[in-house]
Amino acid sequence: MAQKPKVAFYWCASCGGCEEAVVDLAEGILDVVAAVDIVFWPVALDFKVPDVEALPDGSIAASFINGAVRLSEQEDMVRLLRRKSKYVIAFGSCSHLGGIPGLANLWDRRSIFEWYYHKAPSVANGGAQEPQERVEVPEGTLELPAFWDVVKALDEVIDVDYYLPGCPPTPKLIGNAVNALLKGELPPKGAVLAGTRALCHECPLNETKPEKLLIKEVKRVHLTKVDPEKCLLSQGVLCLGPVTRGGCEALCVKGAMPCTGCFGPTDEVRDQGAKGISYLSSILDFDEEADIRRVMENIPDPVGTFYRYALPRAILTKPKGVKSHA
Amino acid sequence: MMAMAKPDVPKQEFEPRIVAFVCNWCTYIAADAAGVARARYAPNVRLIRTMCSGRVDPQFVLTAFEKGADGVLLCGCHPRDCHYSAGNYKALRRYTLLKKLLSQMGFEDDRLRLEWISASEAEKFRKVVEDMTERVRKLGPLELNGGD
Repeated sequence: MAQKPKVAFYWCASCGGCEEAVVDLAEGILDVVAAVDIVFWPVALDFKVPDVEALPDGSIAASFINGAVRLSEQEDMVRLLRRKSKYVIAFGSCSHLGGIPGLANLWDRRSIFEWYYHKAPSVANGGAQEPQERVEVPEGTLELPAFWDVVKALDEVIDVDYYLPGCPPTPKLIGNAVNALLKGELPPKGAVLAGTRALCHECPLNETKPEKLLIKEVKRVHLTKVDPEKCLLSQGVLCLGPVTRGGCEALCVKGAMPCTGCFGPTDEVRDQGAKGISYLSSILDFDEEADIRRVMENIPDPVGTFYRYALPRAILTKPKGVKSHA
Repeated sequence: MMAMAKPDVPKQEFEPRIVAFVCNWCTYIAADAAGVARARYAPNVRLIRTMCSGRVDPQFVLTAFEKGADGVLLCGCHPRDCHYSAGNYKALRRYTLLKKLLSQMGFEDDRLRLEWISASEAEKFRKVVEDMTERVRKLGPLELNGGD
């Protein structure tokens, strides 16, 4: 019997939701387990790093890596997996674009440490200690990974073959990707394994969208009673469907929540946030500066709104210099 | 090159690089007129002609900063004067939101500016370029956090 292809899963800076997504394959996971040999999966199986190191280079068929890269240990691990794997798949928004952890790029290491270990009201840190990369104790030397100045998406650290977008990727897309891998029917390298068009194309509420969509106000969703049968944008709720890659089948919209952009931009767009700004500006039905400013007051956090999952892959980073955390 | 520098030449001062996106129907003509009239203004601005200020995708602005601009100037037709009727209003809305975003990221206010300059306002074009150059010069070069 031919050997089953080896597969590895790893997580970096992430919440664990992507691991849940694998488990969400439900009984489908049994088919996956039957078809592949999982050689590394820290969250579920007891393999250690030396087990991976002992494998010949290129012997893992595919490594699914979720989470952004923020620590030196994460860099070491993804480099190791890259060396051992034929394909590396960036799994989920954080790995694909930097994700929610990437919003930390509004600050840098110094300002983050300053806040979390000295200034935050919850700090009870008598000696004002910060984590040290090396500490000598009687028993020997203790080490912690280095904390980087910036959070990076996976492909800013290693070569990535495919991207599975989403926060988290849907079971259907994961299943499709695994099947494509097993059958060897893969698209060209660098492809995002989801839709190619904007989410609105597959949204069931698209047909309720008026011919010419113009809005007079931007409503914040937690303060709004949303009509689940009507295009959210036409109700003034900021839905990022027009500038977000499809493939999720509009799960959030079906749950009466606006799209927040976790699948990232479409292939043609380089910067998701810039495109979000552009599209919202195009449909805002005011020409006077005062009106425009008033409407935009309801977008108190433009970076978190338009780059919620993509700040590390934005065209710009913040300017150098320490910014206050508060 | 360094070896050829004369010892008494003062250390080179910071010269801001400003990218200006100018509308074909107004500011581009004003800039041309300023040139024809031999108006003197800071040579720090690089003009990029677009068919309308509404054509300026916010990605253009971000890319200009990414590629080394210290400031970006957007110029279009006065309200109610847009050749395509509403492009300048779109530009105004994009600018307003982009400005808010850049401010949140820590960019100083003077790095991005929007001005309405009609085809006949060569003098205004000259003044805006001079003024913006001086403001950006005071801010110093834009350095982005590249990380480690």
